[in-house]
Amino acid sequence: MIPGSFDYHRPTSVDEAVGLLAGHAGNALILAGGHSLIPMMKLRMAMPEHLIDIQDIASLSSIEVSGPQIEIGANVTQAELIASEDLEQHCPILRETSLQIADPQIRNVGTLGGNVANGDPGNDMPAIMQLLDATYVLSGPDGSREVKARDFYEAAYFTTRDEAEMLTSIRFTAPPAGHGSSYMKQKRKIGDYATAAAGVVLTMSGDTCASASIGLTNVADTPLWAEDASNALIGTTLDDAAVSAAVDAAKAITDPAADGRGPAEYRTHVAGIMVQRAIQAAHQRAN
Amino acid sequence: MNVHADTKERVEKLQGLGSSRKRVEDARFTQGAGNYVDDIKLPGMLFGDFARSPYGHARIKSINKDAALAVPGVVAVLTAEDLKPLNLHYMPTLAGDVQAVLADEKVLFQNQEVAFIVAEDRYIAADAADLVEVEYEELPALVDAFKAMDDDAPLLREDIKDKMEGAHGPRKHHNHIFHWEEGDEAGANQALADAEVTVEEMITYQRVHPCPLETCGCVASMDKINGKLTLWGTFQAPHAVRTVASLITNIPEHNIRVVSPDIGGGFGNKVGVYAGYICAAVASIVTGVPIKWVEDRIENLSTTAFARDYHMTGKLAATRDGRITGLHCHVLADHGAFDACADPTKFPAGFFHICTGSYDIPVAYCGVDGVYTNKAPGGVAYRCSFRVTEAAYMIERMIDVLARKLDMDPAELRMKNFIRKEQFPYTSALGWEYDSGDYHTAMDKALESVDYKALRAEQQENRAAFERGDTRKLMGIGVAFFTEIVGAGPVKNCDILGLGMFDSCEIRIHPTGSAIARLGTISQGQGHATTFAQILATEIGIPAEDITLEEGDTDTAPYGLGTYGSRSTPVAGAATAMAGRKIRAKAQMIAAYLLEVHEGDLEWDVDRFQVKGNPDAHKTMKEIAFASYNQAIPGLEPGLEAVSYYDPPNMTYPFGAYICVVDIDVDTGVTDVRSFYALDDCGTRINPMIIEGQVHGGLTEALAIAMGQDISYDEIGNIRGGSLLDFFLPTAVETPLWQTDHTTTPSPHHPIGAKGVGESPNVGGVPAFSNAVHDAFAHKGLTHTQMPHDHWRVWETARKLGLTG
Ligand SMILES: Cc1cc2nc3c(=O)[nH]c(=O)nc-3n(C[C@H](O)[C@H](O)[C@H](O)COP(=O)(O)OP(=O)(O)OC[C@H]3O[C@@H](n4cnc5c(N)ncnc54)[C@H](O)[C@@H]3O)c2cc1C
Repeated sequence: MIPGSFDYHRPTSVDEAVGLLAGHAGNALILAGGHSLIPMMKLRMAMPEHLIDIQDIASLSSIEVSGPQIEIGANVTQAELIASEDLEQHCPILRETSLQIADPQIRNVGTLGGNVANGDPGNDMPAIMQLLDATYVLSGPDGSREVKARDFYEAAYFTTRDEAEMLTSIRFTAPPAGHGSSYMKQKRKIGDYATAAAGVVLTMSGDTCASASIGLTNVADTPLWAEDASNALIGTTLDDAAVSAAVDAAKAITDPAADGRGPAEYRTHVAGIMVQRAIQAAHQRAN
Repeated sequence: MNVHADTKERVEKLQGLGSSRKRVEDARFTQGAGNYVDDIKLPGMLFGDFARSPYGHARIKSINKDAALAVPGVVAVLTAEDLKPLNLHYMPTLAGDVQAVLADEKVLFQNQEVAFIVAEDRYIAADAADLVEVEYEELPALVDAFKAMDDDAPLLREDIKDKMEGAHGPRKHHNHIFHWEEGDEAGANQALADAEVTVEEMITYQRVHPCPLETCGCVASMDKINGKLTLWGTFQAPHAVRTVASLITNIPEHNIRVVSPDIGGGFGNKVGVYAGYICAAVASIVTGVPIKWVEDRIENLSTTAFARDYHMTGKLAATRDGRITGLHCHVLADHGAFDACADPTKFPAGFFHICTGSYDIPVAYCGVDGVYTNKAPGGVAYRCSFRVTEAAYMIERMIDVLARKLDMDPAELRMKNFIRKEQFPYTSALGWEYDSGDYHTAMDKALESVDYKALRAEQQENRAAFERGDTRKLMGIGVAFFTEIVGAGPVKNCDILGLGMFDSCEIRIHPTGSAIARLGTISQGQGHATTFAQILATEIGIPAEDITLEEGDTDTAPYGLGTYGSRSTPVAGAATAMAGRKIRAKAQMIAAYLLEVHEGDLEWDVDRFQVKGNPDAHKTMKEIAFASYNQAIPGLEPGLEAVSYYDPPNMTYPFGAYICVVDIDVDTGVTDVRSFYALDDCGTRINPMIIEGQVHGGLTEALAIAMGQDISYDEIGNIRGGSLLDFFLPTAVETPLWQTDHTTTPSPHHPIGAKGVGESPNVGGVPAFSNAVHDAFAHKGLTHTQMPHDHWRVWETARKLGLTG
């Protein structure tokens, strides 16, 4: 539980950070809140020679809401997501999800950028970003580019981010007013990652579901956007048959590992229950 | 009138027995000012760390230290080869076995200590540990205790393969450790054969770990000038450690000083002697500078004393109307790679024969076979060496299983078979003499307090609603009634490595009427400095706040066997009272001299001796204390001191009634503990607030064990659950509100009637939770499933019963 040795850098601008990343390509890692990275370093599963601490890069810490367009800086903490009235008004699933991440101490330092860049399928925010169809903004030596959250994750701890790139912000369009949303997560205790979790955002037009988007956490080696499950709801009254079709479609794309939370079969089962309960809650909240 | 008010005021000022005095320890703990082993910093101190085995079972072909030694700042790398000339590559265990200090030719469990690196700081030591190159040849691992004694089971302990006479009698197989039994097996079998009703279950109490907040560690410092070795460490039994250290190292005992500073929780994890202590001591002896070794969390969970791993096959015989007529129990005990338990010498399965529990069972038998497996040694934590927790779990589950079979309410079945009040002192079929108890009163109070009838009625409604499809939750009510056996123990039958299990207290009264008391025990959070001062306050009339309490330094404290097994109050607490009485006896002589009366004319009143019938003529303890230092009293030595070594005449038998209500979501297996009521009877209550704290903590441990903790191994011997990523430590969120209650049945043989409470909630809590989970499914035919009752296992139970739809 003692990390290997490393050099510590503390840049104050994105350019400086990217320069350091590029200069030590392959041997450097960004340090944001450190609540995923430092445990990995203590286990010596991560052994970076250079740590680039980005907490002093002021430009990464804002939440911008203009109309339905939302942009959140990579350094915004989970606690700040919870505290933001703007986000609560336009996209309450962010607060609901953040409140289910770990405990207050961890949320006070853990960042949104770290949570989505980490690539651990246990992180809760990536599925939310996929269901919101968010865009990640990456800065590299050759400038910046955008990648869809739905295209970002390749396998556990593998993403399309280049070693010399850093994530600077996340952009998405807030779901329309009147939408309903819910994030349902089953875990063994506070501080545990999900046995399975599901997020749902949907809109109703009268009794009919006009749009729906479902994301799943920790039931495969990447977060999952459950496209078929989402489509199974659209155009229905969210009756039992529609919900169970969505549940079945969601379960069909899961491929969880057996671990201390239970065998794969159980975790897939729980994913189905979480989807069902999240649809019900989102439905109730929609108007 | 005023006399009465004055007396009350004086009693209150003492903060003696029965006062919920605030813990004096907390001022430093809550301000981060405790002094733990890792806070100790000595000039020139070096740091130790281990290179450990990645395999559960493997032969060591070679070890190359060159790369590790080449790291700047590395001072030494020790392996078994370096310890052999000192004959320290193996150390004796407290159970009569030997344990490798550093792996000799073979590794027998994952994370076993292979090499000890000494370096200038712990970071360098950790870097170098990674660079020790060990070539292993992997061997088949044995992780299933049931296969340990198969003909083709791998040979684990090559070091003792020809030693078929073990510490506790003959060994039947190379992986067998001991067979031990008690009771009348033929009689128990006959009772089963003759019975109208019998039940049988194989009940596993899984391997768990107490995971104390502070891990194990030590600082060893050899002073080469005066030849004195000082060992600061997380020792629950510092005096025994000194004796063992002297025997192992051949350093004369007076040249070893062992100090237990503040300890951040022990729970038995800190009773044993560990490789880290030996290696740190050897390294300090060799280098002449202090060496610190402190475990990290994974090392703690995976290598130092675990608890349980008991597979218990219980059989009960009963009449159709619910009278238990016999008990038969056989245990397969998984001790891991070395037998490192800390049982009293005569009892390799501890006091497992308390397994008749709170019931008047006419005939009983229990037999235990211990086996080696490729798992970490230990079996000490959570009073595991005494095996009371296992016994209580077995009998309390079996009673519930029998209740189902008889279609009888489990509370009623218990009431029907309780040892009755008038039967105490009661000798059980397995030979224990229960000192005192009033089980029916306790159970009645518990049932009334929770309104048990209403709960059962609510459960009926819940089950009907479930059948109708109105709810997907099932309600379970768990009842457990436990009898503890604590206060080890009478020297005539309790010793560890030949050391009788007495304990001690030494008191010195200062001239101004305050005092210091030193004990042979050591607090790890129990609040000894608070409670033992209270015992004394009442005995000698000096306010608790004027009494300093010291433990844990073998150079100053009287010899004692330490703190574990809820023994401090029954044994050292008794010694404290007895030493206090010696002080009072001398004080009486001094007072008689001062008041110019005969001793017999004096009576004790709270904090003074007064002349009978003339309370105005009195001498307070404060006055007497001063007099003892400044008066030449004929026939009396100056000063006011006393020491008592207390050999308890019997164990004490605390008991309690626990009732737990759970709601289970059958679709997910998530269990919500709705309420938990715990009635404890620990005899005389010294500090009710501390008792409540002990009960809260123990119940939280019980919750963790019953509902989630599990240290298991995969088929090649990899440990699962060896880090806090998976090992279930509940937070405040998972922990229900504890409702505590009590009855008071003093121990007849303890000087103040106190019994000990620290482990009661762990003993009684686990069966209460487990019974509640089982009860939720009882109407569907469930008899027994193994712990932990975590989400997926509970869901699996519901699924097997066809409830998951
Ligand atoms: C006990 C515990 C429980 C937890 N439970 C949960 C949980 O239930 N759900 C959950 O989602 N999380 C959980 N977490 C993780 C927590 O939310 C982390 O804070 C989060 O996953 C990572 O954010 P961070 O800011 O701490 O990132 P860091 O740990 O600093 O970084 C994580 C990884 O992302 C990389 N990285 C960080 N920022 C950037 C960037 N801007 N650009 C490129 N790469 C970057 C780092 O190099 C590193 O590889 C838990 C953590 C702990 C310690």
